Amino acid sequence: MKHLIEPTDMTPQEVDEVLNLADRIIANPKAYAHKCEGKKLATLFYEPSTRTRLSFEAAMLELGGSVLGFSSANSSSAAKGESVADTIRTVECYADIAAMRHPKEGAAKVAAMNATTIKVINAGDGGHLHPTQTLTDLLTIRSLKGRLDDLTIGMCGDLMFGRTVHSLIRALLRYPKIRFVLISPKELRVPDYIREAMNNQGVEFQEVERLDDVMDQLDVLYMTRVQRERFFNEEDYIRLRDSYILDTEKMENAKSDMIVMHPLPRVNEISVEVDKDPRASYFKQALYGKYVRMALIMKMLGVEE
Amino acid sequence: MNIDSLQRGLVIDHIQAGKSMEIYKFLELDKLDCSVAIIKNARSQKSGKKDIIKIEDRIDLDLDVLGFIDPNITVNVIEGGKIVEKKALKMPKEVVNVVRCKNPRCITSIEQELPHVFKLVDDGRSTYRCIYCEQEYNSKK
Repeated sequence: MKHLIEPTDMTPQEVDEVLNLADRIIANPKAYAHKCEGKKLATLFYEPSTRTRLSFEAAMLELGGSVLGFSSANSSSAAKGESVADTIRTVECYADIAAMRHPKEGAAKVAAMNATTIKVINAGDGGHLHPTQTLTDLLTIRSLKGRLDDLTIGMCGDLMFGRTVHSLIRALLRYPKIRFVLISPKELRVPDYIREAMNNQGVEFQEVERLDDVMDQLDVLYMTRVQRERFFNEEDYIRLRDSYILDTEKMENAKSDMIVMHPLPRVNEISVEVDKDPRASYFKQALYGKYVRMALIMKMLGVEE
Repeated sequence: MNIDSLQRGLVIDHIQAGKSMEIYKFLELDKLDCSVAIIKNARSQKSGKKDIIKIEDRIDLDLDVLGFIDPNITVNVIEGGKIVEKKALKMPKEVVNVVRCKNPRCITSIEQELPHVFKLVDDGRSTYRCIYCEQEYNSKK
């Protein structure tokens, strides 16, 4: 695998290999502490991030490698108008692998198209894709549910602009007996190309507006943020806002082994009281994010176990 | 309405009614020195109405661009007042710098030097997608 720009850049076998390696790292992290000595990761973050950037950096540091980069467009030459293509040609003089977060869709792809020696990882491009969050999500589901097939997955919130949702749906389409329940306001339903992908794959899915109506069907509930400004009218916002807030009352209708995931950051879509529920898995998910990125960096750099 | 019949040149026929100006612009026919006739709303047995463009010269046409706009268009080559060749069109797999990506969040909106590339993803629905952001372009819409 030369670059990771979209989830399907990895074959299902490669995904399994990364998840299996992540499992082995979790079981014995010390054994991997020097695997990437002498290697450098560049984190090129043109927009803010807490988990993605820090988990990439923590992952490389825990593998014994080094990290360099910038955490906002203002602290790089992008502020002077440097193109993504020129930036990656420069960065590859200094680093072996780069993780790029950019507000514009397709930015990481442009970086990959212009890279010659460096490996490029898309760490989120606008509202488009976020493949390493997907790997994190897959590892979380597999670790906590024991499988990646035969699951009913609820996706709730802003499904139109939620890049984590788009990436995860695409990745899960490759596993058998996956059913999607897509819960969002009409205005924030998944984009056509995602619906098209589900239809092409013949996957069972339903689109609904209220979380309460489907709660008891779900094996996994993947929450995302719905922002007030995403609604086209105030009436719809008022009518639906509480529907997308997960609280203990709604959790009562959920299966006892359902897991709640969230790519974070959350604002108010999951009440803090839900954090105490053993089914709340979003902070574990953030931890899995570091391990899966350790595995991914090793695989992409071709480091032997 | 009478338009002189061509002795030598090209006839772009079966253009969807109303689309001829778009094609005129795409093919940059305004740059030609020869006569170009645009016939709008001509009678058509197949679709009721159609547009036709007649060019009084045998220029090299970008058939990919035409196929991208509408693969049902036909191009007739005229020599000595007769059709000597009918060119069939097909949808190209990819078009470069023919249409611009309209997604304001696409990387092409800020990086001016990037080529605007659309790939054919669904022949049946004539759907193309931007290779960077996957914004749809449907030539039939």
